[in-house]
Amino acid sequence: MSILVDDHSSVIVQGITGREGGFHTRKMIEYGTAVAGGVTPGKGGEWFEGKPVFDTVESAVKVTGADVSLVAVPAAFAPDAICEAAFAGIRLVVCLTEFIPVREMMKVMQHVNQTGCRLVGPNCPGLLSPGLAKIGIMPGFIATPGNVGVVSRSGTLTYEVVYALSQAGMGQTTCIGIGGDPVIGTSFVDVLRLFEEDPQTEKVAILGEIGGRAEIDAAEFIREQMTKPVAAFIAGASAPEGTRMGHAGAIIEGSEGTAASKIDALRNAGARVAENPEQIPDLLR
Amino acid sequence: MNLHEYQSKSRFAEFGIPVPTGHVARTPDETYALARQAGCAVVVKAQVLAGGRGKAGGIRLANTPEEAREHASAILGMQIKGHRVRSVLIDPAASIAQEIYLGVANDRAEARPVLMASAEGGVEIEEINRLRPEAIVREHVDPVAGLFTFQAVRLASAMDLPRKHWRAFGQIVAALVRCFEESDAELAEINPLVITEDDSLLALDGKMVIDDNALPRQPQLAAMHDSSELSGAETMAREAGISYVRLDGQIGCMVNGAGLAMTTMDMTLLYGEAHGIGPANFLDIGGGARADTVATALRIILSDENVKVVLCNIFGGITRGDEVAHGILTACEEVQLKVPMIIRLQGTNAEEGRSIINEAGLSGIYAAGTLTEAARMAVDAAGKNL
Repeated sequence: MSILVDDHSSVIVQGITGREGGFHTRKMIEYGTAVAGGVTPGKGGEWFEGKPVFDTVESAVKVTGADVSLVAVPAAFAPDAICEAAFAGIRLVVCLTEFIPVREMMKVMQHVNQTGCRLVGPNCPGLLSPGLAKIGIMPGFIATPGNVGVVSRSGTLTYEVVYALSQAGMGQTTCIGIGGDPVIGTSFVDVLRLFEEDPQTEKVAILGEIGGRAEIDAAEFIREQMTKPVAAFIAGASAPEGTRMGHAGAIIEGSEGTAASKIDALRNAGARVAENPEQIPDLLR
Repeated sequence: MNLHEYQSKSRFAEFGIPVPTGHVARTPDETYALARQAGCAVVVKAQVLAGGRGKAGGIRLANTPEEAREHASAILGMQIKGHRVRSVLIDPAASIAQEIYLGVANDRAEARPVLMASAEGGVEIEEINRLRPEAIVREHVDPVAGLFTFQAVRLASAMDLPRKHWRAFGQIVAALVRCFEESDAELAEINPLVITEDDSLLALDGKMVIDDNALPRQPQLAAMHDSSELSGAETMAREAGISYVRLDGQIGCMVNGAGLAMTTMDMTLLYGEAHGIGPANFLDIGGGARADTVATALRIILSDENVKVVLCNIFGGITRGDEVAHGILTACEEVQLKVPMIIRLQGTNAEEGRSIINEAGLSGIYAAGTLTEAARMAVDAAGKNL
């Protein structure tokens, strides 16, 4: 079992003929993900790696029955692409795109929330259910099937921890990067709830960072509703106030969003908090 | 991107918000001329991208042009929270009957902008929130539909604003929300919005923060970027598309990915803090690690003379460790590295990458296995070089 995606997921790639989209489509196919086709407006009727290309998500869904979409288009087009997928009845949209203005994402969420669609991202590495499906850019070789759920706001830090878990012989159910932007479709709490409900997930690793209060909300959920053990790491303890650290969402504003406040909240909620991400496997033993 | 007060207020004015008719001066003599022109008492205000200007003595009232010149001499060149004051704003002094706080910011969790107002303006919103949170009233703004007129009425009513000011206040609220939306702002704040003794409303101070991601579609605002506030290294990083923040430690960090970059900094502090050692910078080289990008990153890091050692931490996902190793070695030769460098490669072809580095046998370059080991080695090396 896994959350959100498995080997029954049928995936289309929006931006499949682009450089990024094309590159990662090949990697996803190599991993064994069921890529059903792609969408590039104006290129409907063409083929990419043996998969059909459509002009619209609606026609792609009609023909292929896809239920998941990966959005790999530039920031200027991504808000539109997400809404198109949501309105076409896609169940899960994963958006890799970085640099989308917050105002656009707020509008997108208003539209997406009117449909039954779930958005993961933007500015995220996507999802990987080891051995079943990879939707996004996470390198497949770092993960092994198992019973740890991993959720993170970051990319390479996630890889680091997933790799450490695999090296320690602890496989994963699903690894998911929810994205480093201030406004994202799926929160830590959403994912923690899915892991709590997933029978195969026995333990959870959560990787947060400075900025916002998503980890504080996660701590509250862990305290009140999680029965499974949780290990956590918060990046940015050494970051100064008021300065953005790479991710658009990683900024300490006043006293809100500090690493210390998040570490305290998670610790008080019963999570085991690592000082160093390499300790995570030990904390989950 | 933060805007200066004078930039924020001129933006407010474009949307119809009443602001004082101020002008910017860069010298005491310009200040004198502007104060004379104003023909009344003026306020000389440091234009610097930092808070706490008032407390630092960066905002002063002048009753005569001579006094204004004196104040400008004192304020220009002043350091406020590490920022040098290069210009002052000369505003005509206002007679203040009441100070109001009015601001719009993004509420991340709600995914909607939130309007905040308080009848107790003039101090920082965080301060009001700490002391009297009930004195702040809030209205969320629908990101698609925009502000409804009744929301401004609700604010005015909740903050007990005298009724005769409701109309003017409502217009300012609507204008501020439009300004916030159309500027792709993360924050648009009037503090204080004053009611003057002759019963008009005036935005005495303004602050705007623009979403960096929106700058490509906001050329007018992007042009307001004050590059004099950036160091040479920050300018170089900005041009190369590298995310760089200078800090005050000794370990120069070069990492791929923002989360891992922060983590690497944290590790150097975790093991170094007891010895007074920590990160010299945040630096994310982004995806891949081509020799030219690595070389630029190294130049940026080494332009900081506090750097005693470079810690390079790359997790190869799509990028292969052997390619990264070659890139780093080429870059080290190009830059003529004079401080030790700890390289930690993990992920795809990491073994190959490590042996390439070891076999190159360059003095002062060491390969590390784990992040813990790499951070400890960097702390040791920095300690020896202090």
